[in-house]
Amino acid sequence: MRFQDVISINDFEKDDIEYVLKTAELLERELKEKGTLQYAKGKVLATLFFEPSTRTRLSFESAMHRLGGSVIGFAEASATSVKKGESLMDTIRTVENYADVIVIRHPREGAARLAAEVAKIPVINAGDGANQHPTQTLLDLYTIKKEFGKIDGLKIALLGDLKYGRTVHSLAKALSYYNVKLYFVAPPGLEMPRHIVEEISDKVDIVETSSLESVIPEIDVLYATRIQKERFPDPAEYNKIKGSYRVDIKILEGAKETLKIMHPLPRVDEISYEVDKTRYSAYFRQVWSGVPVRMALLGIVLGVIE
Amino acid sequence: MKELKVSAIHKGTVIDHIPSGKGLKVLEILNLPEDSTILIAVNVRSEKLGKKDIIKVEGKILSKDEVNKIALIAPTATVNIIDKWEVVEKKNVEVPDEIIGIIKCANPNCITHYEKVKPKFKVISKKPLKLKCHYCERTMEEEIIAKNLL
Ligand SMILES: [Zn+2]
Repeated sequence: MRFQDVISINDFEKDDIEYVLKTAELLERELKEKGTLQYAKGKVLATLFFEPSTRTRLSFESAMHRLGGSVIGFAEASATSVKKGESLMDTIRTVENYADVIVIRHPREGAARLAAEVAKIPVINAGDGANQHPTQTLLDLYTIKKEFGKIDGLKIALLGDLKYGRTVHSLAKALSYYNVKLYFVAPPGLEMPRHIVEEISDKVDIVETSSLESVIPEIDVLYATRIQKERFPDPAEYNKIKGSYRVDIKILEGAKETLKIMHPLPRVDEISYEVDKTRYSAYFRQVWSGVPVRMALLGIVLGVIE
Repeated sequence: MKELKVSAIHKGTVIDHIPSGKGLKVLEILNLPEDSTILIAVNVRSEKLGKKDIIKVEGKILSKDEVNKIALIAPTATVNIIDKWEVVEKKNVEVPDEIIGIIKCANPNCITHYEKVKPKFKVISKKPLKLKCHYCERTMEEEIIAKNLL
């Protein structure tokens, strides 16, 4: 077993990432041949969602069921003893008696790390506040690898709110292990934080710009994220910016034929619906990627997949 | 003016060259047992620092870990181990690689503020001092660290 918990993408070396992607690929192939697998037969997953995130929870539950295991858990903290004031540590000490692996989502940063230290069973982080969501990053990488057969050599643009976006921070860090060129496309004020740029700039080429149009002809992957209205003090300022980060048919006229558009979803209006039917859209396949990647992670931490 | 003399001790630890005004904070961080005999001198004239504070702990040889904690607020401090009225060892304080307990995380949404767990930091740079919270992964720089001493 390479690792016992999945808490932060910062814990992953390139080898670990490659190992997860490879395992996911093998599982996906086997799943297509056989339907449901039996690697986790008799194992129980507890999904502890202290804040709601239906997509992530369903993806983990689907992954566990497809591995032949079963699932227990709760979907919001109000349904649990947390409301009665029970500490996270006590919740973990209780739940570990019912399950073989825990997936936790929690509004406080560091909650998953703490849970992993307390728990005798493996813990997977499904999001801790603004900090980490490592399985999202791994499924993003898996999607890129599936779409292109490789990650090395690609030109990848991250678009949107790069300042507060947890997803793009982790993805940028993970992509820096590969031989890629990164484009950070953000409106003024929402640029990628300096410490992240500094951390990875000696490993990959980085272009920072506020103009999507100027980079669209060059890139292979456009990773779009939401720009949240509430980040802008002035709604007029938001409305001015909004249009320039909308991915529509018109802006795609200048794109490479092979461009793939990704998005962690849910989208609001960053990608117009007309793009869904084009060859560019990869975001719904990206949703599917969550299943084999999470199957791989569950299988690895449970020790049922080598 | 003659340099102020603080009475010497028979056996114990003398922490010298503490930046003046930090002496009480150092004592707080050391968290010594209540029955310890402690002498503290504040604003003592010093050639090196202009003014300094000195702490003498009678009867107790402080461990390296205990002393290194104070490097965060008193990087100039020197530690003298005294036995039979003589200095038997003299060393500078050094920032440890990991800091447990004496600083709280500056991130208000960090889990360490909500659970019974000791805050823990990895030292990612000693000069300038930069710490990373083991739990929430947020980094703290020197001036923020000083404000978050427990
Ligand atoms: Zn913290």
